[in-house]
Amino acid sequence: MDQKELKRIRIVKRIAQEFPDGAIVNLGIGLPTQVADYLPKDKTILLHSENGFIGLGPKAAKGSEIPCLVNAGGQPVTIVPGGCFFDSFTSFSIIRGGHVDYTVLGGLEVDEDGNLANYMIPGKMVPGMGGAMDLVVGAKNVIVSMEHLTKNGEPKILKKCSLPLTAKGEVDLIVTDMAFIRVTKKGLVLEEIAEDTTVEEVITNTDAKLHVAEKLGRF
Amino acid sequence: MKPVLTPEKAVENIKDGASVMVGGFMSCGNPFTLIDALINKGSKNLTLITSDTGYPEVGVGRLICQNRVEKLVASHIGTNPESGRKMNSGEMKVTLVPQGTLAERIRAKGAGLGGALTPTGIGTDVERGKQKLSIEGKDYLLELPLGADFALIKAAVCDTYGNCFLPMSAKNSAVVMAMAADYVIVEADKIVEPGGLDPEKVTIPGVFISAIVKAVLPASNLRLK
Repeated sequence: MDQKELKRIRIVKRIAQEFPDGAIVNLGIGLPTQVADYLPKDKTILLHSENGFIGLGPKAAKGSEIPCLVNAGGQPVTIVPGGCFFDSFTSFSIIRGGHVDYTVLGGLEVDEDGNLANYMIPGKMVPGMGGAMDLVVGAKNVIVSMEHLTKNGEPKILKKCSLPLTAKGEVDLIVTDMAFIRVTKKGLVLEEIAEDTTVEEVITNTDAKLHVAEKLGRF
Repeated sequence: MKPVLTPEKAVENIKDGASVMVGGFMSCGNPFTLIDALINKGSKNLTLITSDTGYPEVGVGRLICQNRVEKLVASHIGTNPESGRKMNSGEMKVTLVPQGTLAERIRAKGAGLGGALTPTGIGTDVERGKQKLSIEGKDYLLELPLGADFALIKAAVCDTYGNCFLPMSAKNSAVVMAMAADYVIVEADKIVEPGGLDPEKVTIPGVFISAIVKAVLPASNLRLK
């Protein structure tokens, strides 16, 4: 496994530790989807799939795919015992109504005020927001999972987002390959750093102001 | 009793320029037979209202790729590159709506409401041109009802009163769309007599349905090549 993949696994493993027993969690497409592979076995955590069910299970085995059972990315999946199906209206009532405990999404930019930009780059990438805006506004806890830097080595955690926002002031937690950062009223608090980095290195690679927690953890 | 029609007959009154809602999510739950009939009929300049434009060669995505859509209202177009290309070139007018807001706008129409107040989109480009209301100290956007001339949906089972059973994750947007269009055509894998569908299993009450068509293309979310 290459270095980059190991760093991505570090992110999703750390996020998987955040959910309490009984949590309802929605995982976005891409990196967030991988969180499912590291959920603690001693807790019951049910995954919400915004196309219409709670109890999202692993991908369907080859040959046993059911055409009307897919995840939000359109891939054939399974439903776990205790799951349930519903229509889009109910699904987004669950989301917006605050009945999803955690949503994990990718990010292009996050800023000091908990603003998130992750759905478009004007002129380049305009796929549509899908369910992201509803999830970020509605879920009780919003976790952004992303690499700390862009492909060009630029910080993604900024003083102020420059891309169009997905939602304003809704992010609670940012987990990257370098840092575990909580969004608080006083700003961004660096609570944990990755095992192979230093506080100085994290600060250098972050545009936003970071308050370092008194008791700094490692992951 | 609702009329059971051939696919050709069912889409006969969908004129060029009509507004059409198509149920489904990433092609799961798309009414493939009805979409096929619409394409064979040569329909064009449609206003298409759908959750997403799926994939280029499957289901609702075909309407985009075969140039049948003049205006599109959807929440996600990223998996069908042709949608983005047509939007950027100006060939197709695209309105992107957050998925939950799309469901609420359609439901509002179907439920006889004057709109929906949602916090989704506050502080983003989505709020542009919309009325903002503060209710009990929290800001909401007023999103207006969205209806259509026609809705095309897919059911696994439909009785001749129009009661529909939609399985598993194929329910998605069809449930609200059936409420919000003037004429609703359901394509069903199986059509049964009244009594042949357990009332407890009805996903969409027959009262919303105008006509029934027997599906001739298989329901598949798998990308057909």
